[in-house]
Amino acid sequence: MRKHRFILLALLVALLAVLAAGCGSDDDEGSEGGAATTTTAATTEEEAEDEPVSGTISVLAVWTGAEGEAFQAVLDGFTEENPDVTVNYKSAKEPATVLSTAVEGGNPPDIAALPQPGFMTDFAQRGALKPIDFAEDAIKEGYAQSWLDLGTVDGELYGLFFKGANKSTVWYNVAAFEDAGVEPPESWEDFLAAADTLKASGVPAYSIGGADGWTLTDLFENIYLRTAGPEKYDQLTAHEIPWTDASVKEALTEMGKVLAADNIAGGTSSALQTDFPTSVTQVFADPPKAAQVLEGDFVGGVIGDETKAVAETDYNVFAFPEINDSGPVVVGGGDVMVMFKDTPAGRALIEYLATPEAAEIWAEKGGFSSPNKNVDTEAYPDEFTKQTASELANAETFRFDMSDLMPGAFGSDALFTLLQDFLKAPDDIDGITQKLERAAASAFKTP
Amino acid sequence: MSSTGIRTEFPPGGEAPSAPSGTSWRSWLVPLGFLAPALLLLTVWVIYPMLATMWRSLFSDRGNEFVGIDNYERIFTDDRLLTALKNNALWVLIIPAAVTAVGLIFAVLVERVRWSVAFKISVFIPLAVSLFAVGVIWRIMYQQDPDRGAINAGIAAVQGVVSEEGVLSTARPSSDALSGTPQGGLTLTETVGPGGVAQLGLTAIRATEVPEGSEQAVRPEALQGGISGVVWRDFKPGGGTAGEVEDEEVGLPGVTVELRDADRKRIDSTSTGADGTFAFENVPAGEYRVAIGSQTFAQPFKGINWLGDSLITPAIMFAYIWVTAGFAMVIIGAGLAAIPRDTLEAARTDGATEFQVFRRITVPLLAPVLTVVFVTQIIGVLKIFDLVLAVAPGSSQDNAATLAFVMWQRSFSGQNAFGLGAAISTFLLLLFIPFLVINVRRFRAEAR
Repeated sequence: MRKHRFILLALLVALLAVLAAGCGSDDDEGSEGGAATTTTAATTEEEAEDEPVSGTISVLAVWTGAEGEAFQAVLDGFTEENPDVTVNYKSAKEPATVLSTAVEGGNPPDIAALPQPGFMTDFAQRGALKPIDFAEDAIKEGYAQSWLDLGTVDGELYGLFFKGANKSTVWYNVAAFEDAGVEPPESWEDFLAAADTLKASGVPAYSIGGADGWTLTDLFENIYLRTAGPEKYDQLTAHEIPWTDASVKEALTEMGKVLAADNIAGGTSSALQTDFPTSVTQVFADPPKAAQVLEGDFVGGVIGDETKAVAETDYNVFAFPEINDSGPVVVGGGDVMVMFKDTPAGRALIEYLATPEAAEIWAEKGGFSSPNKNVDTEAYPDEFTKQTASELANAETFRFDMSDLMPGAFGSDALFTLLQDFLKAPDDIDGITQKLERAAASAFKTP
Repeated sequence: MSSTGIRTEFPPGGEAPSAPSGTSWRSWLVPLGFLAPALLLLTVWVIYPMLATMWRSLFSDRGNEFVGIDNYERIFTDDRLLTALKNNALWVLIIPAAVTAVGLIFAVLVERVRWSVAFKISVFIPLAVSLFAVGVIWRIMYQQDPDRGAINAGIAAVQGVVSEEGVLSTARPSSDALSGTPQGGLTLTETVGPGGVAQLGLTAIRATEVPEGSEQAVRPEALQGGISGVVWRDFKPGGGTAGEVEDEEVGLPGVTVELRDADRKRIDSTSTGADGTFAFENVPAGEYRVAIGSQTFAQPFKGINWLGDSLITPAIMFAYIWVTAGFAMVIIGAGLAAIPRDTLEAARTDGATEFQVFRRITVPLLAPVLTVVFVTQIIGVLKIFDLVLAVAPGSSQDNAATLAFVMWQRSFSGQNAFGLGAAISTFLLLLFIPFLVINVRRFRAEAR
């Protein structure tokens, strides 16, 4: 997601953040000491609720710019309710990098938002996280069971999904669709047929941000969840079935139809150098370089920020089409809030973030989907977000982005580069599945 | 240094005269006092981290298990690290030599040109830019699309003069009726005789790219003793039926159509009208093929794939040379200035050519300076990391990888393989040692 957007700057910002964390360490130490004394006073939940909590907590997340301001507004909502608490928010482009260094150095923030639950599993198994079962009832009230399961590691609840993303959306250039005389398709056959018609009209059907491997994993996941079904999806996620399985080959065959060189903007080698933001903007350039871009709800934010396209007249969205009557299924992502230090103020913040009110603060500002189904859809600023967010919170079948759940060495490295290899040669399905299996086998066995 | 030497420099103050043992104690204390700040900093920031990294490299990625040299074995079994080893070797073999050579050439030439200061400044300025920013700049310059990348835009400008873009560069055949490829020209599969009508349908042409003045396409009447036909944009909203001239489908004017005989030899050619129709009159009996020549489909320059798998490492290396040539030029230039002029003059008086002077006098006299540049560059490229991260897009990072880059990737980009990372760092340190030894020896030799 956003963390990948300017990978070029990642190192720079990460280093700055490390430095900043280093400089701020003294304050953190102080707050820990101060908070420790309050912990003994307020031992139970009830007491914590009755007595006003106090202290200073540090929060780290990926959000900067408009997102950073929106999250700050959410935190301000918390400090209004708890005036004795000071919340220091810091952002980091690569929170996982900053956090793993901070944990290794013994100085993590109180609370952090992780962009991938895989990191949560990793930190939990390293013993760096504190369970948040005190908030379990509050979370159960608003969240589907699948979100609780996702936040659980080895039977303990560690994570609260504050921000979600619906990755089963397709954004298209309305004029290109009208010129070609095609309608937003609902089935996979119509989708592929529409691509042929678009191509014949002179506009390549798809814009692929192949320089960022995660756009390719998202596409694969959407196809795989539809062709293979949720059970196989879970098995593949856990590497209980190999990547050489027939279901993977079937999904890759369908994916190969999308990635055919004459279907994508600029052809294969150009797609491999197109990063995600460019893959969005070039669909809404004049003349458009492609008719549609296959990515999540956050595409809407990029269109709004970086193009002059007007909602509904210039751009629009449809749900990723069904394949073989797969029904409405959603692949999504999300940022999970975890707790590194157990303090009353930290607990209060986690409980606050689980409420629909907290989510509505950000929802009103846009660029946000909450997995919390009690969030009032009226809070979302436009029709698109209302639609994509309610699809996300109420999906019949929801599955989390597979690559985010797998060990980083595979899910956010080998899988990226191997799917990029697949984009280079979409015919070689046997070869690529063997390489995927080899990489997965080694990544899943490394302790 | 002897203790007496110190005593003369720092004579004892008003304290009581000290015993011999106290003198030697004090003689140690003073230099130690001077060294202490540096020693402390070195210990905290260099020696301790170095030892801790070596120790860490013997443990598993989580740090909870002693694994011995397993992490070092991983270096030589991980595919990406093998690529990185290969790339590091290439960097060490090519870059120090290239940078020294380029720096030498610049330094020698710059003495002979006017505006030498301006030239020196422009070559030196890249060194003032952070290496990461350099990477970002070159990443943009290297973009394949000539609309985005400056280098390919330059090539496209030159190529545009040489070869012209076809009127229908994106077009493709609309059905199997046409065979061949746009690059080689398209030919109707079925032969036509006099009285026949040839239909050449094309698609994948943007509405905005249809040549000006086009009208609704028309299927022409058969021509007595001749061949008629139409070239048209075989597309209307929704697609339409391929191979059939329909309403809303426009003719493509100005397309050169060729008539070929059974031996595929061109016997005639003509151009299409506003409605896409064309005609060959007075065609003798026989079977013919109708074709559209490849010049119609001539592609604009698509750009060289600098950031693709095969060119990525040379592309990064070039950016590196661009940065460091200035450094080499300045150091070597300083060395040049120190060469005694009379030696050069003597050689010239003896009748040596400029090249001989360069070869036999300048270079040998410069050898120590060239060694400095060379060894500094070896150390510089062994640890190359930032340029790789900044220039290579995700899709070719694998092919551009260097050891320092993979160390960062495995340990700090969320993969948390700290054991492996520590092992790579230690391995890099081992690679540095010979060059450090050379450098230290040289300093000693100079001191003498």
